Amino acid sequence: MSAPLVPAAAAFASALRRDLLQAARRPGEWLQPLAFFVIVTVLFPLSLDPELARLRHLAPAALWVALLLATLLALDFLYREDARDGTLEQFALSGQPFAVMIFAKTATHWLLTGLPLALVGPLAAISLGAPPQNALAVLWPLLLGSVSMSLIGSICAGLTLGTRRGGALLSLLVLPLAMPALVFGARATQLAIAGESAAGALYLLGAITVLALTLAPLAAAAAVRISLE
Amino acid sequence: MSWAWFHRFGSPPYFYRVAGKLAPWFGWSALVLVLVSLYGGLVRAPVDYYQSDAFRIIYVHVPASWLALMTYTTMAVSAAIGLVWRIKVAHAVAVACAPAGVSFTVVSLVTGMIWGQPTWGTWWAWDPRIVSQLFLLFFFLGYIGLRSAIDDPDRADRASAVLAIVGVVNVPIVRFSVDWWNSLHQAPTVMRMDKPAMPWEMLWPLLLMALAYTLYFFWIMLVRARAEVLRRDRGGQWVREALARDAAGGSA
Amino acid sequence: MGEFFAMSGYWPFVWPAYALAMAGLAFEAWRARRLLGRARQEARRKLAIQEQS
Repeated sequence: MSAPLVPAAAAFASALRRDLLQAARRPGEWLQPLAFFVIVTVLFPLSLDPELARLRHLAPAALWVALLLATLLALDFLYREDARDGTLEQFALSGQPFAVMIFAKTATHWLLTGLPLALVGPLAAISLGAPPQNALAVLWPLLLGSVSMSLIGSICAGLTLGTRRGGALLSLLVLPLAMPALVFGARATQLAIAGESAAGALYLLGAITVLALTLAPLAAAAAVRISLE
Repeated sequence: MSWAWFHRFGSPPYFYRVAGKLAPWFGWSALVLVLVSLYGGLVRAPVDYYQSDAFRIIYVHVPASWLALMTYTTMAVSAAIGLVWRIKVAHAVAVACAPAGVSFTVVSLVTGMIWGQPTWGTWWAWDPRIVSQLFLLFFFLGYIGLRSAIDDPDRADRASAVLAIVGVVNVPIVRFSVDWWNSLHQAPTVMRMDKPAMPWEMLWPLLLMALAYTLYFFWIMLVRARAEVLRRDRGGQWVREALARDAAGGSA
Repeated sequence: MGEFFAMSGYWPFVWPAYALAMAGLAFEAWRARRLLGRARQEARRKLAIQEQS
């Protein structure tokens, strides 16, 4: 076996592969948030006026609230299992940068929840009254937004790791941090559904995502390390 | 430049003693200044042309909003100092800030709502300043919630410090996003509060009240930080001496 | 004097706002003092237990 060029990258890849394999054996974990996302977007029309023209105004709100809540749901088991069976401690002892290993976990979280949700997003948008020719454009804000939410969530899940009442606290920590992404993302979605250019809002959302990509893995690693002690 | 003072402040007995000496000064001067600025705001300041006497609410409202932000900054800076240099006293100061932050944001939101009704004609507007305060309140509550969920005080210190530092990055982004969002949905009924050049008779009670709130904040923060330091370091010889000194010299 | 308390008809807003703000500050001060009092009590009890043993 040839020595990998960048050991950290190899460690990242193997951690990612391991997590994905595990998820493939337990489809419930990643199907659950997806089902939750669909249920929330279905509940909106049922609890409102099913007239499509009026629903269209609420579609961005429904999509983003559903995305945020589904991400939160999946965050609860982001580290829990690995903290219990000692995998995280092995990560810390592996000699690889801890932030890289934690980032691999965050990437899995996004691949298993953020990505499927974003892909379902256009369909959900159509069901909420978006014109089909505009629905595909909804994909971009949802993709970017779900990345930043997974990253923000990885910090907060690390902080609440090993605390008693995780769930409610986790949402209290995530919501103020996720709020800017939600504001820009919902606006971009709104413009996309209306068939207008969403570039301005998407740039801002992209800026937040890049900021989260650079800072969140470090903060998440610090948070998990503190929780492990 | 000697860093001795910095290290001395990091020692709990020294902090407990000095904070105990300083706290009454802050407390009493805050009380005096609050009374003077109440007099200035309620009696001396002339009636506002646009808002009539309803404008007097800003004397208790605006300083609370300012102090909420300052409380947050103090909390984050001391949490960062505690995290980097592993100073327990700095963590105690950070912990002491959070409840004061909650009261400042709540006072700011409640008095803001009372001010909004006669001025804007509504109790609640999705104004950027209001929304920022609301998210600041959520943030303080999250900080307190996180601390109370972790049993080990050392771990709670460091986890909440990470949260406070993450929040420092977040607060300006929240403010920017709310401003940006508001510029899209400008409600026509909402009037801007800041008018150019407030006359001096109107301005001085506001500035004085802000100073009074600041002194009050330092007083509350020192009292709470002393309690925190005492709780963590109980049983030491210095605790015995400090308690004896407290009993002899009254309490603060 | 009545004119002062009437606040040009804005008394239902001005006075509750001042009262709530001052009550909020006073409540917070009371809570902080109580916390310190309890911490002292706790420390005293700990010292007493140490001395006995």
